[in-house]
Amino acid sequence: MRHIISVIVENKFGVLARISGLFSSRGYNIDSLTVGESNDPSVSRMTIVTRGDDSILDQVMKQLNKLVDVIEVTDLPRENSVRRELCLIKVKCTAGTRTEILEVANVFRAKTIDVGHRSLMIQITGTEGKINAFIKLMEPFQIIEMARTGVVAMMREMNETAGQENNEQNGQ
Amino acid sequence: MKISGSEIFVECLRKENVEILFGYPGGVVIPLFDKLYDAHDIHFVLTRHEQAAAHAADGYARATGKTGVCLATSGPGATNLVTGIANAYMDSIPMVAFTGQVPMSLIGTDAFQEADITGITRPITKHNFLISDTSKIASTISQAFYIASTGRPGPVVVDLPKDVSTGVIDFEWPEVPPVPKGYKIPKYADTACIGEAAEAIRVSKKPLIYAGGGIIISGAEKELLVFAERINAPVTTTLMGLGGFPASHPYWVGMPGMHGTYTANMAFTECDLVIAVGARFDDRVTGKIEGFAPNAKIIHIDMDPAAIAKNVEVDIAVVGDARAILGQLLEVVEPRGRNGWNDYIEKMKKTHQPTYDRDSGILKPQYVVEQIYEVTKGEAIITTEVGQNQMFASLYYKFDKPRRFISSGGLGTMGYGFPAAIGAQLGKPDAVVFDIAGDGSIQMNIQELATAVEQKLPVNIAILNNQYLGMVRQWQELFYNKRYSGTCIECQPDFVKLAEAYGAHGIRVDKPEDVRAAIEKAISIDGPVILDFHVDREENVWPMVAPGAPISDTMEGLLS
Repeated sequence: MRHIISVIVENKFGVLARISGLFSSRGYNIDSLTVGESNDPSVSRMTIVTRGDDSILDQVMKQLNKLVDVIEVTDLPRENSVRRELCLIKVKCTAGTRTEILEVANVFRAKTIDVGHRSLMIQITGTEGKINAFIKLMEPFQIIEMARTGVVAMMREMNETAGQENNEQNGQ
Repeated sequence: MKISGSEIFVECLRKENVEILFGYPGGVVIPLFDKLYDAHDIHFVLTRHEQAAAHAADGYARATGKTGVCLATSGPGATNLVTGIANAYMDSIPMVAFTGQVPMSLIGTDAFQEADITGITRPITKHNFLISDTSKIASTISQAFYIASTGRPGPVVVDLPKDVSTGVIDFEWPEVPPVPKGYKIPKYADTACIGEAAEAIRVSKKPLIYAGGGIIISGAEKELLVFAERINAPVTTTLMGLGGFPASHPYWVGMPGMHGTYTANMAFTECDLVIAVGARFDDRVTGKIEGFAPNAKIIHIDMDPAAIAKNVEVDIAVVGDARAILGQLLEVVEPRGRNGWNDYIEKMKKTHQPTYDRDSGILKPQYVVEQIYEVTKGEAIITTEVGQNQMFASLYYKFDKPRRFISSGGLGTMGYGFPAAIGAQLGKPDAVVFDIAGDGSIQMNIQELATAVEQKLPVNIAILNNQYLGMVRQWQELFYNKRYSGTCIECQPDFVKLAEAYGAHGIRVDKPEDVRAAIEKAISIDGPVILDFHVDREENVWPMVAPGAPISDTMEGLLS
């Protein structure tokens, strides 16, 4: 089972190593880990995508909570959280394929951020599923390079209407 | 008034009421040692190896309940502390380990004697700090002591670069430790949880109390005794919990697990309720999980939420301090009358005591431990090394009080017992202290004889000398067709001469009839003594559960 865990930590030197070290030393899986300063500069937010059954998740949460630098740990439920990822894709193109690539990008609301003679660099944001689907469509054109950020996620306001509005705004 | 970082370091030790500091000097900590030179109120104990400094601080902490403190230089000095730090981490011992570090400007340059000790110790510390600024020394040390000693205790490393310890600033001591935002110390449990536990106890026909080191850490031995008597439940204590419940009490059934008593293991197998207090269901206790307490509901009381449901499934989780929780339970739990379960356990206990061949005329290690118990009337502080000596000590010395049994439980560190005994003796100068050792493990830190002699410590080292690495040999005998690969250590020093070479006393004993007099003589000598007991070479520890077997398959060896 895949889980997205939000971890609020002290914004200090060495905290990322402590968190990633915990996962490696205890044999927990990390699919992705993102970290950045939050609205409070003294704390950072980490978003960790991990896999495991309920007992593993329980231990992951508890072990994270034990770390002195960790302020709060939340397992973000799929239905009440917003999950986003950013991906840069450099795809090979020719005069013959450029229009087709741009059309697909347009459908996915992706941005073309660099145009060369032989390639296009496209920036896409969205759910992992959306990005995966886009990548799949780009593969036949030959992806030259790709950089994914990993998932960042936050809880929605716990209000159904607000959640639906957000969904609509985000085109989901 | 502006003072140097090194002076601040010493002032902080004073603020934390540090009486004893174990350590070893080196280049980058000379400024600290220079200030310690004049600090006559802080007793600096020079060990002969940094590992021993950490173990001594650990032994001091276990004997006194205070935080143990050690100090090493950067690089190799710091890395030599690592085993001692890991040992303290596994057994939840409050310790602050100071390490010197190369100047900030040299960090990351592979400078002489540089090691990333905060990186190295991250997985084996409760927390660690690299102090980057002289102005942060006081607040960091205050935090370090607070974190090490509160909640589930553990070791904290404080790494001090040389330029930080030589910097000069105004000293300000934070009267309240600057606690990190996320630091949590659970104490009391919610009443619903307590009610649920009380109800499970009320309906239980066959309860078993399983107490661990958490009892000793939280000082809950009185509450545990009242609780056990209130509900008339048998009590088993882990290796770390020995002394947390009186071994002389009729309800005590011994230690469980791989070398636990038959009664404790069968009590787990047949009970309908386990009340675990400050014990973490270590694999050495549970044996094969599928066969562990198969008919029981489990109540798990622990300070550390991560210890709950880590190894076994738990029905009722109670997070909090063992003493506080037992206090809460005592307010609501109904007295439980004795029933057939109590009679059954008591009868089993009488007929299944650990024993050995007492009539062979050969010196047996169990007999040595029994005689140490008899002579010291159970009042000694016993430290152990790791292996057969540790198991013989835990099975044949009866601990009625906490902080009398000091042993490496989680990490199983050979070489632990002797430096731990030095720390315990310094912390409890009036106590009779014995390190029950093997001939293999004593040689891992035997250089500390110099420390014991220099400090004039009456530590007694009882070597159960069988010229084998006994526990591994026992496994090789039982599970590897007696192929004693790497475990026969016949090339031994003459331990008596070795003791004398260091300025200590040595007594060699070969016959059972000489054991008691030798122990009495050792205790009467005002200084360290090695008792070299040449015991039956292939004696085994019984009971035993084979690795991977359920604890219901307890092999008893000889029965009384």
